[in-house]
Amino acid sequence: MGIQKLLWEVAKKSFTGGIIGLTISDRCCSVVPVRGDSMSPTMNPLKNSYLDDYVLVDKFCLKDYKFARGDVVVFSSPTNFRDRYIKRIVGMPGEWISSSRDVIRVPEGHCWVEGDNKSTSLDSRTFGPIPLGLVQGRVTRVVWPPQRVSKIGR
Amino acid sequence: MRMRVMSFLKQWRGAAKEAFENVSIVAKFLCLLHVTDRYIISSTHVQGPSMLPTLNLTGDVILAEHLSHRFGKIGLGDVVLVRSPRDPNRMVTKRILGLEGDRLTFSADPLVGDNSVSVVIPKGHVWIQGDNLYASTDSRHFGPIPYSLIEGKALLRVWPPEYFGSLR
Repeated sequence: MGIQKLLWEVAKKSFTGGIIGLTISDRCCSVVPVRGDSMSPTMNPLKNSYLDDYVLVDKFCLKDYKFARGDVVVFSSPTNFRDRYIKRIVGMPGEWISSSRDVIRVPEGHCWVEGDNKSTSLDSRTFGPIPLGLVQGRVTRVVWPPQRVSKIGR
Repeated sequence: MRMRVMSFLKQWRGAAKEAFENVSIVAKFLCLLHVTDRYIISSTHVQGPSMLPTLNLTGDVILAEHLSHRFGKIGLGDVVLVRSPRDPNRMVTKRILGLEGDRLTFSADPLVGDNSVSVVIPKGHVWIQGDNLYASTDSRHFGPIPYSLIEGKALLRVWPPEYFGSLR
């Protein structure tokens, strides 16, 4: 009987903890690992994959979807809803972006994202401007590894 | 004098502990509300002429579930809640009329009639359209939208009561 009660208590506590953690992760901030080197040297400046940077993603900006050129954002991939990418916004609605061959105007409600490492980045130069509704948060700081803790600027 | 200060502090500690417990119960309840509203089921007020005759002009309250789209189980003909690609602060309700890979033919201007346009929906995108072709801004105007913009699938209408039930 004692162990059943103990298991029930543990289950209740972890359920509550999970719900609170999920709410904080959705509304306040969360920590995500960065994979790939499309944002070098800002994130993952080395090619070792076991030294991935972990970054803090702020979710308060999702209240009004207020972003600015230069923000690094996490967004859902427009080609596969299960993937998420981290890139920098280089064009806000109404701005003109010069792509390889022509000049494109960013439509309203969309943004143009590019990785800092232009040679290995899969971004708006391939899949076009993305709706701002796909953005899931703004990256503010690197939090791991400890020697790379820093604020990510514009 | 010191005894009085000590007993006052002890009482204050008891009250503070009770206040903290009540606040934490409220906080846990609000978190549960957020998780249910975002991941399980929620109610939304929808209005506008773009989904006539399925949804009323003056506004309905519908229950929407948020599980299907996370597992990729949104199909043709579903009425979905979608974040507008033109304004991320606005949610719109439309019907899915095409999935990725489908070829769709539609008339660019239903009032004028004949010029039909044919389009193939790219990978990861869906085609949304309002039931009221004459008063709806949808994929015929802004193109297919990424699947991730879908936030929920309409289940049934709960208000006004004479129209209670599943949507046609």
